[in-house]
Amino acid sequence: MPFSSLSDLKSQLDAGETTAVELAQRYLDRIDAHNGELNAFVDVDHKHIIDQAKASDAHRAKHGARPLEGLPIAVKDIFCTQDGPTTCCSNILKGFHAPYDAHVITRLKNAGAILVGKTNMDEFAMGSSTETSAFGPCRNPWDVERIPGGSSGGSASAVAGGLVPAALGTDTGGSIRQPAAVCGITGLKPTYGRVSRRGIIAFASSLDQAGPMTRTVRDTAMISAILCGHDSGDSTSVVNAPEIDWLAACDSVDMKGLKIGKPKEYFVDGMDAGVRAAVEAALAKCVELGAEIVDISLPHTKYAVAAYYVIAPSEASANLSRYDGVRFGKRCENPQDLVDMYTRSRDEGFGSEVKRRILTGTFALSSGYYDAYYLKAQQVRTLIRQDFLDAFEKVDIIATPTSPIPAFKIGEKTDDPITMYLSDIFTIALNLAGLPGMSQPCGFVEDLPVGLQWIAPAWREDVLLSAASAYEGATDWTTKAPAAFGGES
Amino acid sequence: MNWETVIGLEVHVQVNTNTKAFCGCSTAFGAEPNTQTCPVCLGMPGQLPVLNMEVARKSVLTGLAINATINLESKFDRKNYFYPDLPKGYQISQFPLPIVEHGYLDIPVADGEKRIGITRIHIEEDAGKSMHEGLDGVSHIDLNRSGVPLMEIVSEPDMRSADEAVAYLKQLHQLVRFLDVSGADMEKGQFRCDANVSVRRFGEALGTRAELKNLNSFRFIKQAIDYEVARQIELIEDGGQVVQETRLFDSAKGESRSMRSKEEAHDYRYFPEPDLPPLRISQEEVDGIRAGMPELPGQLRERFESEFGLSSYDADVLSQTLDLAGWYESLVAAHPSDPKRCANWMANELLGRLKEQGKDIADSPVSAQDLAGLLDRIADNTISGKIAKDVLDAMMATGESADAVIESKGLKQVSDSGAIDTLILQIMADNPGQLEQFRAGKDKLFGFFVGQVMKASKGQANPGMVNQRLQDLLKG
Repeated sequence: MPFSSLSDLKSQLDAGETTAVELAQRYLDRIDAHNGELNAFVDVDHKHIIDQAKASDAHRAKHGARPLEGLPIAVKDIFCTQDGPTTCCSNILKGFHAPYDAHVITRLKNAGAILVGKTNMDEFAMGSSTETSAFGPCRNPWDVERIPGGSSGGSASAVAGGLVPAALGTDTGGSIRQPAAVCGITGLKPTYGRVSRRGIIAFASSLDQAGPMTRTVRDTAMISAILCGHDSGDSTSVVNAPEIDWLAACDSVDMKGLKIGKPKEYFVDGMDAGVRAAVEAALAKCVELGAEIVDISLPHTKYAVAAYYVIAPSEASANLSRYDGVRFGKRCENPQDLVDMYTRSRDEGFGSEVKRRILTGTFALSSGYYDAYYLKAQQVRTLIRQDFLDAFEKVDIIATPTSPIPAFKIGEKTDDPITMYLSDIFTIALNLAGLPGMSQPCGFVEDLPVGLQWIAPAWREDVLLSAASAYEGATDWTTKAPAAFGGES
Repeated sequence: MNWETVIGLEVHVQVNTNTKAFCGCSTAFGAEPNTQTCPVCLGMPGQLPVLNMEVARKSVLTGLAINATINLESKFDRKNYFYPDLPKGYQISQFPLPIVEHGYLDIPVADGEKRIGITRIHIEEDAGKSMHEGLDGVSHIDLNRSGVPLMEIVSEPDMRSADEAVAYLKQLHQLVRFLDVSGADMEKGQFRCDANVSVRRFGEALGTRAELKNLNSFRFIKQAIDYEVARQIELIEDGGQVVQETRLFDSAKGESRSMRSKEEAHDYRYFPEPDLPPLRISQEEVDGIRAGMPELPGQLRERFESEFGLSSYDADVLSQTLDLAGWYESLVAAHPSDPKRCANWMANELLGRLKEQGKDIADSPVSAQDLAGLLDRIADNTISGKIAKDVLDAMMATGESADAVIESKGLKQVSDSGAIDTLILQIMADNPGQLEQFRAGKDKLFGFFVGQVMKASKGQANPGMVNQRLQDLLKG
């Protein structure tokens, strides 16, 4: 049961084999039993969860089931929720209760989902390991000495460990796909503008996008169908985005004639040999299923990480200015004057990685440096976007490894930010281009999961879902779960 | 006097929309602190701006009225600085690509008109208000104003004196009120001015400028610029140098002091606002806005002259504000037979009296209909123009109609020829000497008899009839 898919749970609920209350209680028991070890959740309100489940059962009895009726879903602590605290796993927001729900939280609630709490993350989503959280590091259920990826590591760990069947994450440079990959689950970053950002605490506004993290491709489609859609309260949410029949895309699983681009820049020296082998094997499987592999080049890939680490910190440096101790969140004790209040509140409230990025961004935007850094990075961004446009002239979809390495040990890279930043080397480029991307499990390296990343043209999440469904149907990776948590590996 | 003053002005004009620039909060003035706020204008986590398109439309209208280029695509930027009344730690503004560029305004100067270039108009949001006075060392913040829409209107350094600067500001002030894009109430901070001032010897390159802040009345603007010009000239003549700095004008002391130097100037770290897509306006929308452009002061003045035959002086006075022009047009509508009489009475009699009482036309105790009622009584000879002035005084004091005043004070004009003849004969009998001289040819004594008759009638005799009857009776 702990590793059931959302679709299976939905069938059980619809068949009257279980109730929302029963499901909620079972997952709460899992959380109580295992969260101490995983530290995947930072806030769980048992009573509130059971209350929601009771209301859901009542709704089902009275009005019938909504699309996600009674299904437990966890959300990253970056989504503002009226119920309970929202902290972005930062001391500067400790005790902050938002008086509003994020737009996508409202959508989940209206679809009947049960929100089972807030998951751990890198502070302000800045990190690739969920080690920078003010609540302490989250752990990977496949090996609790290792990181679950980041920044949505809590969501990935909770789903992989069977503490919840599905969760929401956010992805600025890979923060859904990389943790999904190293935890052996499925995650989707939709096209920029597909999902409202309103009420999601901003890291880098031009890159951030929320998406589902689930056990199967179909589960990802089920949640996406609810999350996606225009929100007039977010000016970057696209008004007439091409509609997708999310579930139908999962049924269209014929790979015959599908042209899969294999970019040489994503299969490079220095990446883990096991990861490479697993992804090559996955591509071989796709050929068996009728797909054609086309060697392509995305020549500006090598500049993506550098451009990202200018643009994202620049936007973040402004986005995080509001945490000043004036109106909400942390204010230092006994400030001597205004400057003292600002500096100490922020010094005490932000962790070192967040400070590093605020400093980097502030520097990059400074007078005299703007052209050399920010402007140049935006030009690189245009080139990267063009690389993908050119590639999609030749292929339908692109396949790459999600992460160049499997989960590393906790503490292994904390003193070396540059190596840490390279964990995102394969995920960042598509955020810069605004494209949709997906990671799904495709094997193991020494009992650690490996992720296969799919990249599609803008607004073509259906292409991702179809390819991923085809591959999923031909393999059994999604049935794997960590033995230490009761799964079958 | 071999010094030339160079002035450029930056004016922040509050756009008079009902709701704020990027959220749905009210912009009404004077509410209890922090009652007109929401998560967006409080800068709470995850909240996003959505542009109020009315702000864009009013900016376009203003741009069209100053003959500027309208950028069909403009962009928003973040202007970063920390201040407690700036909730997000940045202000949403427009930096490299504003909505309006390259306009001008013609201002009246001693020898005609002068064209002042307007570099740009950009949209931005206001900050809140910090309060420090009387709070025992703590500060309070009111964020009702946070997110209120502003147009920043930046001129070229085209003005050469404080008087020109004031003339430009008055022209701009009048314009935004006519366009109904701003209340422009300076006391409410809806029209705020910063001045960049430098001096140079004629023919030299531009001097170093100082930026004067906090100029919130036309009088202070003139004072502040005059003070600054004198300060700079004295400094240079004494062998010193003007430094680039921001100076705060203290209207109580009539002098300015340095606020921060160039070295201390903010680095605002402008960058494109990622939460807002480019602001796009179609040419059709711009054309629609142009078609709906209200009559501007110059056009109104010309129409008053041509349509109503007013003197250029009266036309100018009555087209100064929309309130005045509207009042005048209501008056003409109620007393259509004589628009010139309407103009005379409104411009000279009514406005004069209001001015003495320190009132605006909007506060006039006499309505346009009531004044028309008075003019009707002059036209139908019920009262003379002279009596009418007394009636107007009474109307101003009591708020009564002209008819009520005339009735209660018995001021009705005497037009009965019998009664007038009686008066004339009595005057003739009382003044035999003057009568004799008149009949002997001293014609100018005619005026003496008119005066005596009018006096005897307490001004109520119809002057035209008095004239006519005197002509007959004096001849004997």
